[in-house]
Amino acid sequence: MIQVFSEIPQAAPLKETRAKMRIEELNFFYGTTQALADVTMEIPLNHVVALIGPSGCGKSTLLRCLNRMNDLIPGTRVEGTVMLDGSNIYDHSVEVAELRCRVGMVFQKSNPFPKSIFENVAYGLRVNGWKGRHEIEERVKLSLSAAALWEEVKDRLHDSALDLSGGQQQRLCIARALAIQPEVLLMDEPASALDPIATARIEELIHQLKRNYTIVIVTHNMQQAARVSDYTAFLYLGRLVEYENTQLLFTKPRKKQTEDYITGRFG
Amino acid sequence: MRAHTREKWIQTAFFACAVLSIFTTVGIVAVLIFETVTFFSEVSLVDFLTDREWTPLFADKHFGILPLLSGTLLVTLISMLVALPCGLLTSLYLSEYAPEAVRKIIKPLLEVLAGIPTVVYGYFALLFVTPLLQNIIPIHLAGFNSLSPGIVMGMMILPLVTSLSEDAMRAVPMSLREAGFALGSNRLQVSFKVVIPAAFSGISASFILAVSRAIGETMIVAIAAGQQPRLTMNPLVPVETMTAYIVQVSLGDTPAGTLEYKTIFVVGMALFVSTLVLNVLSHRLRKRFREVYR
Amino acid sequence: MKVRRAASWIQIWKELIFQAVCLLILMASLIALVALLADVYADGFSRLSWDFVTGFPSRFPHRAGILPALLGTIYIMLLTVLLAFPVGVGAAIYFEEYASVEHTRFSQLVEINIANLAAVPSIIYGLLGLAIFVRMLSLGQSLLAGALTLALLVLPVIIIASREALRAVPASLREASFALGATRWQTIRRQVLPLAFPGILTGTILALSRAIGETAPLITIGALTYVAFIPEGLFSPFTVLPIQIFNWISRPQAEFHANAAAAIGVLLPLLFLMNGGAIWLRNRFQKRLR
Repeated sequence: MIQVFSEIPQAAPLKETRAKMRIEELNFFYGTTQALADVTMEIPLNHVVALIGPSGCGKSTLLRCLNRMNDLIPGTRVEGTVMLDGSNIYDHSVEVAELRCRVGMVFQKSNPFPKSIFENVAYGLRVNGWKGRHEIEERVKLSLSAAALWEEVKDRLHDSALDLSGGQQQRLCIARALAIQPEVLLMDEPASALDPIATARIEELIHQLKRNYTIVIVTHNMQQAARVSDYTAFLYLGRLVEYENTQLLFTKPRKKQTEDYITGRFG
Repeated sequence: MRAHTREKWIQTAFFACAVLSIFTTVGIVAVLIFETVTFFSEVSLVDFLTDREWTPLFADKHFGILPLLSGTLLVTLISMLVALPCGLLTSLYLSEYAPEAVRKIIKPLLEVLAGIPTVVYGYFALLFVTPLLQNIIPIHLAGFNSLSPGIVMGMMILPLVTSLSEDAMRAVPMSLREAGFALGSNRLQVSFKVVIPAAFSGISASFILAVSRAIGETMIVAIAAGQQPRLTMNPLVPVETMTAYIVQVSLGDTPAGTLEYKTIFVVGMALFVSTLVLNVLSHRLRKRFREVYR
Repeated sequence: MKVRRAASWIQIWKELIFQAVCLLILMASLIALVALLADVYADGFSRLSWDFVTGFPSRFPHRAGILPALLGTIYIMLLTVLLAFPVGVGAAIYFEEYASVEHTRFSQLVEINIANLAAVPSIIYGLLGLAIFVRMLSLGQSLLAGALTLALLVLPVIIIASREALRAVPASLREASFALGATRWQTIRRQVLPLAFPGILTGTILALSRAIGETAPLITIGALTYVAFIPEGLFSPFTVLPIQIFNWISRPQAEFHANAAAAIGVLLPLLFLMNGGAIWLRNRFQKRLR
């Protein structure tokens, strides 16, 4: 295990990076139960940040706070701020739909619309007012290529997306998210329902994407966090325990809880 | 920002649709209360509740609701004697015994039975069941009576009881049944000693809803039970139910504002209150049942 | 050992008798259904003819027809669906797609309210229609007043069915749509409604097939029982098939009873057609979702 972690290429220290998003003293409540407590962290530009922790630690909740997906759950409450390029996304003047165009999301279970492959990717463009047939086709091709799916589906763009395999469906969902050119991409355990080969393809894809996107990924799989991320945040019981360079966190955790978790003593 | 205002407008439009359903309730209650209050400014509540005659359309007017209540009660009672035991047994059979193939045939047929218009059942009661009973029963059965519409109404309500009770029984977890079987019970014993007690609140909810439906049923009784308000429990003679009375007045030409006109709202109020109480009770029971087996 | 065997024989007999009784009841209710249909068609078959369908009511039973009633039924159903469908679906969308995120107390209250409305006796709706539409809004005993009354009657049923159809659309599709920057209305219109539509349609048809047989509320608002003309507009007086049937049943002459049976013979196929269509739609939809 230690061998795996020591092979992680070292990213620049967190302090030297430029922040794309900045989470400040974030608290989150489902009704009266608190799911996040005082989370403060920065998401560096064009890097991959992994959120890890035992189930129920709040990592998915934190992710969903970054594009206000939690707005959709009744009885929830947010305190604190989340800055995107210096402006608070929880500000009253923010259009949530516009925010979600800038901060895209890929879900745990692939959820393609019951439409054709083409329409799945074009959907985000259409709801954002794209009209030109040619431009849309062009962008669909680009997005599918970026998600490494183009070669596999280019001859059957108008078949139902539900006929694709699980891994293909998940890459389609990534392509769909990329089509509207988000700045940040949120991924909620994107490979948890996939077989190892499909998982490897997704991870490879994440590597390529970070050149152009800032990525936050939730995973319950520590090896995966180690493989794909530059920085890793360990959450426990709604609190941010440790946030470090991925290699540093996995080889020299500073906190006892982190060490217990990554060595498999609990969780 | 323009998209935002459009969204707001759309939401407001949907909200308006939703509020309309509340206005229906408010409308019903307001209309009934208004006419009822003006009615009781002319007729005393004591007379209404204790007078044993209901003759608002005659020269010698009496406004005692008891005959209408007894008529309604009698027909309801007869229909429940048919619908409840039969419904319980058929639902038990469908949920505990019937092979899937039998269920697949019987359930749609019961749905057909439930979908037939009540005016057709009325025809059936008056022109088929009553003559049939007159031939079978040795004592005199009047052409209009409460027995025949009661039986036919029971037939009409049977599918409701069956399907709601069956839902309740099927919701009983398999593990409870298995516990019964493991103790050496056979299917019959499990049905009566495990399934029925476990599904009790669900079954009673369906029974109560059935009673409410019977009280509110109109056309069968308007056609086959007669229009003679009579304080009796004899199923062989003509009676009049609350609903049949409303139909009787509506068919005539009764100007608005007259006391006769108000009587149908007063009777409607009695009908509304009694069915509402039953419906709320049934709703509560069903909800409690669902919570137990979630 | 012998005693136990005897006891178990009794048990087995009990089981068999119980099953036989249950089957007997089921058979009886199905036989009743057959008897009902057979009785109606036996009584009315001689009167069923094209002249009967296209004729006007008459004092002479053998000359009477059902055209005004049949057209009245069709007109009032069309009007009812036009009034109730948009409002019912709109309300369902509000409860499922908007209220579930916002005022939860409010939506609980409305939920109970709608469940109760669906169980209010139909004749009460007649009283409501009489007081509000016929008298207060002075619409008289018109098609419009009748359709408004029936629309209120079927509204709760449409709302309940539409809500179920909307609830069957997976939440993950809504999330996916929102995550792509779609607004709530875009999500509803482009993702949710197309998937829920067959279910909504099924529920609406079933609601209408109940309304088509409704007699009491229309009698209560004072719909005429004898109409010798075809309704011309929204404010024209009207009658419907069930009222025509009721009228004929109430007459003493057996010839009119035959007319009633024949009219039932027209009404029932209409109704079964609607039910059949709804069930067909439901089955097709279920297959597509899988």
